[in-house]
Amino acid sequence: MIIAEGKPIKDILAMIEPYDKIIVAGCKGCVTVCSTGGEKEVGILSSALRLARQTQGRQLEIKEVTLERQCDTEYLEPLREYIDSYPAVLSLACGAGIQFLAEKFRKHPVLPAVDTQFIGVTEEQGVWTERCQACGNCVLDQTGGICPVARCSKSLFNGPCGGSKNGKCEIDSQVDCGWQLIYDRLKELGQLEKLEVVMPVKSWSTSRDGGPRKRVREDLKI
Amino acid sequence: MKAGSNLEKILSSGQFAVTGELGPPKGADVSVIERKAKLLRGNVDSINVTDNQTAIVRMSSIAVSALLIRMGLEPNMQMVCRDRNRIAMQSDIFGAYALGIRNILCLSGDHQKFGNHPTAKNVFDLDSMQLLQTVKRMRDEHKVLGGDEIEGPPQMFIGAAANPFADPFEYRVIRLAKKVASGADFIQTQCIYDMGKFERFMQMVRERGLHQKVHILAGVTPLKSVGMAKYMKEKVAGMEVPDEIITRMKGAGKEKAREEGLNICVEQIQRLKQVEGVHGIHLMAIEWEDAVHTIVERAGLLPRPEA
Amino acid sequence: MEKFEPIVIAFCCHYCAYTAADLAGTMRLQYPSNVRIIRLPCTGKVDIRHLLEVFEKGADGAYVAGCLEGDCHFLKGNFRAKKRVALAKRILGDAGIGEDRLEMFNMSAAMGPRFAEVAREMTERIRKLGPSPIKKGKGAEPSAKGNGKNAGGMAQGMEPKAQSL
Repeated sequence: MIIAEGKPIKDILAMIEPYDKIIVAGCKGCVTVCSTGGEKEVGILSSALRLARQTQGRQLEIKEVTLERQCDTEYLEPLREYIDSYPAVLSLACGAGIQFLAEKFRKHPVLPAVDTQFIGVTEEQGVWTERCQACGNCVLDQTGGICPVARCSKSLFNGPCGGSKNGKCEIDSQVDCGWQLIYDRLKELGQLEKLEVVMPVKSWSTSRDGGPRKRVREDLKI
Repeated sequence: MKAGSNLEKILSSGQFAVTGELGPPKGADVSVIERKAKLLRGNVDSINVTDNQTAIVRMSSIAVSALLIRMGLEPNMQMVCRDRNRIAMQSDIFGAYALGIRNILCLSGDHQKFGNHPTAKNVFDLDSMQLLQTVKRMRDEHKVLGGDEIEGPPQMFIGAAANPFADPFEYRVIRLAKKVASGADFIQTQCIYDMGKFERFMQMVRERGLHQKVHILAGVTPLKSVGMAKYMKEKVAGMEVPDEIITRMKGAGKEKAREEGLNICVEQIQRLKQVEGVHGIHLMAIEWEDAVHTIVERAGLLPRPEA
Repeated sequence: MEKFEPIVIAFCCHYCAYTAADLAGTMRLQYPSNVRIIRLPCTGKVDIRHLLEVFEKGADGAYVAGCLEGDCHFLKGNFRAKKRVALAKRILGDAGIGEDRLEMFNMSAAMGPRFAEVAREMTERIRKLGPSPIKKGKGAEPSAKGNGKNAGGMAQGMEPKAQSL
């Protein structure tokens, strides 16, 4: 899922400075799973913002709402009923959701309450780590199911570099060396011979480098 | 002869080569280069010029290499994959050749986190293996990566790095084989302190016949103090320093530390000369360039063969 | 000049802290009537939203009192509460209310005197810190009025806020 982290409260306060009334919109998708923007977090953030405003002697009226998702038109529509009563929306969805909300409601400033970080997994409750960089050209079959783009700090395709120590990356002893992981896994799978082949130069044009991407399924277009 | 450089000639003729290293200045001050070059002249066959090493911004490797040529010295231009994409790299290789540079080393590069611009974007469009392939393709097929013909192909003598001590140990020789297959003509290793482990590595290298396909230069760095030895052991990635070295440096005390460091270095070189498949040494006298002359002299490596 | 009487909310677990409170009562130990007790089955039931809500409703201070570490009736509830209190303190700090107005304490059911001691300690701490910062600014909500020790259930004026959708 997409992992995001809440922005510091003082940054959010600065963003909502001109407003006395806002909608705080959460999302029941990814940000709920990574405990950043679900119903609970909407409640916590709203409380914190109201308290902070009151210490400044100002009021802040908040409509707390948690949408099913913010990346689908149908799920954003319910906002239309009351959004005009509020001058701005503070969204806790991922960057995609925040932008889509902004697109659907062009007259309203839509502010990000979170920093969207990466595509990742729940390693254990409370711990999420990156797995995928959405490069658009998956090679997981060649690397034992471990991604060299996302899990190697240098995105090497013929790693490891000479900097790993005890299976950890040179940048941080808490970060696994992606290529050590690949090596270990291929060894477990009995596929070490895959490492004898030089992996060819990557085309980055399918990733963000090639420009904003689009996927279409003609058969689904109504 | 691929490039006809001094280094290539010496290695091809079976002589024991000595390469040195020069770290460019953190600015445009040429006098630093002149000073360091002076200490290396006549003591080494060619000089590595690092490329923003440790991700600290320094004068570019291509510029310093060109300056060394003007001074009548031979550079080994290092190129890392961290800061440039394939367009810039190939472009710089054209330029390097035009400026008279004939030796190039293809390296991954330290992560930008270590340097003075940790918030920079890292590039890694190609990795070191793919860069080797690219330079070889430019030299032998006269084509750029994208397929276009080259007007004036760069005939480079291509080098790569190898770290016999990084993880996973069993894989290091395979990776070396890949680099050779990708186009490496010569290899420089990380500095070696654990001779035993290096000899085991070289055994595996010989078993694969790699010593006949590529020239291996063993990395050597003289220790200045026990503090430096400990730092290398604990803080530098991919470095192994046996306890007995630490003990020796400690035992020498503050007064004799440098002398002991030089002794250890010279002993290492003597031992390396005996290892089959080692065709030279790469002497990295970090922040101690004036020791280079003493070391090569004591190791019996002077005078250097004529260019 | 009228002495400032803080409103302090105590989230107490049924098995230890609340029982200790009862014991303090039967032992006729005096503790300030500023402390309003909310009984929970376990401090692990406390949600960060509750900890922030009491301040929105006008509390000047609050604390969570659970079993001694290792002795939680539900095994790990008090550890969960500890972490939530830590996060809520940080949020209160960021919001300008102040980290020191919220605290976590541990005690056993037999520790009547400790209950009273904590109640006195927190009341004095909050008294020194003064009224909650939300009461200083203009347009602030009036502070909720309490009427002494409540021996159970929700303190007066502290109805749960309905979730709007």
